[in-house]
Amino acid sequence: MHILERKIRLARKSGRLALIPFVTAGFPSRERFWGIVRELDEAGADVIEIGVPFSDPVADGPVVEEASVRALAGGVTLRGILEELSAHRGEVQSGLVLMGYMNPFLQYGLERFAEDAARAGVQGVIVPDLPFEEAGDMRSILRKRGIALIALVGPNTSEERMGLYSEVSEGYVYVVSVMGTTGERGQLPQEVPQVLARTRRAFALPVALGFGLKSPEQIAFLPEHLRPDAAVFGSSLLKHLDGGGSPRGFMEKWTR
Amino acid sequence: MRKGYFGDFGGCFVPELLMPPLMELEQAMAAILPSEAFQSELRSLLKDFAGRETPLTFCPALSQELGFELWLKREDLLHTGAHKINNTLGQALLAKHMGKSALIAETGAGQHGVAAAAAAARLGLRCTIYMGAEDVERQSANVRRIKLLGAAVRPVESGSRTLKDAINAALRAWISEQADTHYCFGTAAGPYPFPDLVREFQSVIGREARAQMLERTGALPDYAVAAVGGGSNAIGMFAPFVEDESVRLIGVEAGGTGEPGCLHSAAINFGRPGVLHGEYTMLLQDEDGQILPSGSISAGLDYPGVGPEHAFLHRSGRVKYGIAYDHEALAAFQKLCRAEGILPALESSHALAWVLEHREEFRPGSRVLVNLSGRGDKDMDIIERALGA
Repeated sequence: MHILERKIRLARKSGRLALIPFVTAGFPSRERFWGIVRELDEAGADVIEIGVPFSDPVADGPVVEEASVRALAGGVTLRGILEELSAHRGEVQSGLVLMGYMNPFLQYGLERFAEDAARAGVQGVIVPDLPFEEAGDMRSILRKRGIALIALVGPNTSEERMGLYSEVSEGYVYVVSVMGTTGERGQLPQEVPQVLARTRRAFALPVALGFGLKSPEQIAFLPEHLRPDAAVFGSSLLKHLDGGGSPRGFMEKWTR
Repeated sequence: MRKGYFGDFGGCFVPELLMPPLMELEQAMAAILPSEAFQSELRSLLKDFAGRETPLTFCPALSQELGFELWLKREDLLHTGAHKINNTLGQALLAKHMGKSALIAETGAGQHGVAAAAAAARLGLRCTIYMGAEDVERQSANVRRIKLLGAAVRPVESGSRTLKDAINAALRAWISEQADTHYCFGTAAGPYPFPDLVREFQSVIGREARAQMLERTGALPDYAVAAVGGGSNAIGMFAPFVEDESVRLIGVEAGGTGEPGCLHSAAINFGRPGVLHGEYTMLLQDEDGQILPSGSISAGLDYPGVGPEHAFLHRSGRVKYGIAYDHEALAAFQKLCRAEGILPALESSHALAWVLEHREEFRPGSRVLVNLSGRGDKDMDIIERALGA
């Protein structure tokens, strides 16, 4: 069992929803960033997703895009993230996933990236612009280093297509809750239960729900058997941090 | 060759949420495009609405001066002023046959936006145009035209506030609106199947020009030359000539001011392969893979990438890609105005500029075909400012 799957299953075994906060690297400033990662870890994160900034993030809404723009202006690079991660990884217990668009990974060199990422303690990678058809090379290069390429599926992904991902995926499956980009929404769309049901049928992996989450109540409204194993929150956390809030303060409402 | 690829280039690097509409489009292309019903409707729109076929114009004064024959394919005479309408009519009609009720489109200078809005109005589709906020300011005449044609304009404030950000915004919008909306992509780039779809609709340029050259001169041209931004007018001109080995094909990229370190749009000449807007192609990017801003006096060529088929045609050596600079395009613009009475778009002026700058390379008597992709009326402000008039 992949380490990321084990982390989420462990949380479920103790009767709780696994928590996966997302923070763009270098946010809200390069000085504060690793302190925030440490605090998220201490406050109960099971897996932490670190966003690798890209100039043209097509799957992201305004909050994550703005965070990317600021990170790039502050000089954040994939190389820098991996170097700093090597130095700080020992301070963090959570699983660690990098989320970023294809081009920065490609320019770094996929083989070299897999090697350096594994050495820095990265266990999973999410690439929002890498659908099944284009993912073969990246997946096998990462797998050789024990890194899972996390599948992303959404409300318009058929069960048949989910089956394609299911056969080759490890770690967990990331279910995009809305037909849209990242960013918090007041309530989850009506079709979320059907998507979750389809995902459960197609995948044996733990299911993480993301895009649009801002409070535990959004999950509580789901029928018990369809509730996800993990919740991913990004934009709402970034807004909280940007407004001066602490990581612990944000995590509390999810761990209560 | 892998599906959706031209050699190593192309592909479909999009969020999973965009795969179903792209697959739907691929299926619709296979099912609908070849049908006689679609083709005859499209022919009629191109003829009676857009003004095809466009003339092939011989340039007597310039030909005499240059010592070789200069021929222009007159896409500038089309409705809305450029080749863009070939593509938007095709895609709008396809959207209609697919049962879609709305179009979204990106635009840089506004030409594709105007052409999309006109096609949507003609075919009874709702239309929303995404345009970088900076372009909204510098291309206000086209913004007004788009609105008069009944389309909504959404200024895009993110990133560099230009074409590449407008494409990002349109892709994002398409994620949520895909059920009833077709994304009418403006150039022969983007994720598969857009490069194929746009080439399909623009190839009418080269097909007509090839037949017209044969009819008028009894031979194929020795050269076919076209400006390349994303590359839709160029691929439309080149595709029907690719198998004709005697025809040398020249794509012309925008070199910007030509000063050291200047912004430019020469992704094939100065870029490296990478992934942007759903495709693996030649891109202007830094060493970390971040996309760099592009620049050109011609807004329609101002783009940091290029269609994947051009990247392939460059690598295979079938097409040669040169560069023309801002001042060369301006000089070519003036030359064509005065010598031939034709006011070309700054995009097309780049193609002409390459021919004028390389006049020594052409054998006397060569037949040189240039795609005059658009008219220059839209560029009056920029040109007058640049010429200090």
